[in-house]
Amino acid sequence: MARAGKVADGVANVTLREPGRFFALSLDTFRAMFKWPFQWQEFLQQAWFIVSVTVAPTIMVAIPFGAVLSLQVGNLIRQLGAQSQTGSTAVLAIVREASPIVTALLIAAAAGSAICADLGARKIREEIDAMEVLGINPLHRLVVPRVLACAFVGLFLNGIVSVVGIAGGYVFNVMLQGGTPGAYIASFNGLAQLSDLYQAEVKAVVFGVTAALVASYKGLTASGGPKGVGDAVNQTVVIAAMALFVENFVLSALYFQLVPQKGM
Amino acid sequence: MGVEIRVEGLTKSFGRQVIWEDVTLTLPAGEISVLLGPSGTGKSVFLKTMVGLLKPDRGHCWIGDKDMPNLREHDMYEVRKLFGVLFQDGALFGSMNLYDNVAFPLREHTRKSESEVRRIVMEKMEMVGLVGAENKLPGEISGGMKKRAGLARALVLDPEIILCDEPDSGLDPVRTAYLNQLIVDLNAEIDATFLIVTHDINTARTVPDNIGLLFLRQLVMFGPREMLLSSEEPVVRQFLNARRVGPIGMSEEKDISELEAEARLGRDPGELPPIPPQLMTSDGRIRRTQRPPGEWLRTHGVTAPPGSFIDEMGRDWLQEWPRYIAAMSAGAGQHPEGAR
Repeated sequence: MARAGKVADGVANVTLREPGRFFALSLDTFRAMFKWPFQWQEFLQQAWFIVSVTVAPTIMVAIPFGAVLSLQVGNLIRQLGAQSQTGSTAVLAIVREASPIVTALLIAAAAGSAICADLGARKIREEIDAMEVLGINPLHRLVVPRVLACAFVGLFLNGIVSVVGIAGGYVFNVMLQGGTPGAYIASFNGLAQLSDLYQAEVKAVVFGVTAALVASYKGLTASGGPKGVGDAVNQTVVIAAMALFVENFVLSALYFQLVPQKGM
Repeated sequence: MGVEIRVEGLTKSFGRQVIWEDVTLTLPAGEISVLLGPSGTGKSVFLKTMVGLLKPDRGHCWIGDKDMPNLREHDMYEVRKLFGVLFQDGALFGSMNLYDNVAFPLREHTRKSESEVRRIVMEKMEMVGLVGAENKLPGEISGGMKKRAGLARALVLDPEIILCDEPDSGLDPVRTAYLNQLIVDLNAEIDATFLIVTHDINTARTVPDNIGLLFLRQLVMFGPREMLLSSEEPVVRQFLNARRVGPIGMSEEKDISELEAEARLGRDPGELPPIPPQLMTSDGRIRRTQRPPGEWLRTHGVTAPPGSFIDEMGRDWLQEWPRYIAAMSAGAGQHPEGAR
């Protein structure tokens, strides 16, 4: 009986309490966003910090991503005799899907873990409590600038992934697979359209906000000393990555419903 | 002028574990109170509940006319401005140096010019003996220094309520003595209401006006210093005299067999030790809430243990008090025999 009670308690915790608290924090953060004065300094510091931990890994991931897409699609297209369309498939795949996914992973892993570790360490050193006692709302002071910085940087990371991914695909296709530069570039907008870029940017912003909120929630509720912070960071990466993939699916589905596709 | 704090029926639990229940006490405005209790009885939790960082299961905590646990968040932040809180490890902001840490509340809540901020910060830094360490980061200093810096930050807005979580843990005896003196002097100067959580028996015996003791999820006793120091209640007596004989065991309470063995061996808690005189301010000022030595004992017909109220210089404060008061009110200056 006692065991059943414990299991029920655990299930309720995972399905109701934790998500409930997370949404409460998200709502409070949203409300705190419109409070004056905005913490510009913290925002800039955090944005710079997130850039510094994400840009290099993002580029390093984007290059092989573009190359592997060319590898997969390039062979197939050659067999179908549609080599003139290599560029269009690469652009479509990278701009529409690959770059939001890479951005999501990098934001969850690099930025999310860093934010969670920072806030978690502050939490267990009682800095957050001290801040509240000094009459300062940590959501306004610490979380809002991080959420906005993450969204802001996500926007540009998505751009970087697109550019580097397409360049990687180009290099791979033209230099190693014997594709022609003309075919790659001429078919650039064969399938993709500008709205694909817009939806990718919207996704990047949503991912940035989500990852930062998950990281902040986990950081601010960390307990149990340094091990607690380690666990919180681990959970942040896992939960944020899962959440971002679900969001990616939902946003893609919505996009296909709402925006007419080229050639359909 | 401090604020009165009335705690009524406060109960707190984490999951199924009850931390303490039905705690009722009044911290009189402007008085120094000490909260004692064996490790793990939830003293820090009590402080955090008072400032609204933790929500109690039930009960009230009236700060003046505001009931802290039942305030809306916005009002809670307003009431918190009355508080200065010293956390166990100082809780300094790791990314700022000591100067910025202490200046933080001033910069956030006042419109003082930077030169004025500097003057106030340096004054508080001097008060806690940290001049010269302003540019150090919290990671570069010792635990005792962190604690003193935390105290300086807690004092910088001249709060009306000061809560200190173990101000003396990790400090050497000399610094502890200075810190105790600082608390008494501060109380005379800003007349704030103090609540100090401590394990230091010497601090508990000499500094406060009131003492409270938490044990086994209950507030065993709360009242004037002389009441607890002369109490025959076994838990109070054991704790305030740091004895092994009594109901408090190594892990919470002793079981019956241990207590019976104690009785069989004829171990009794012994005579009550003398009650020490209360610590006076360093410049001889009389605190507004200071009571004459032995007053509580006299009005309640309790006899003080022999040797009570005699200080380390051999003066009997029961005799000395009227002369001291007369000298202070006449001279309005230094104590006739100089600062102690």
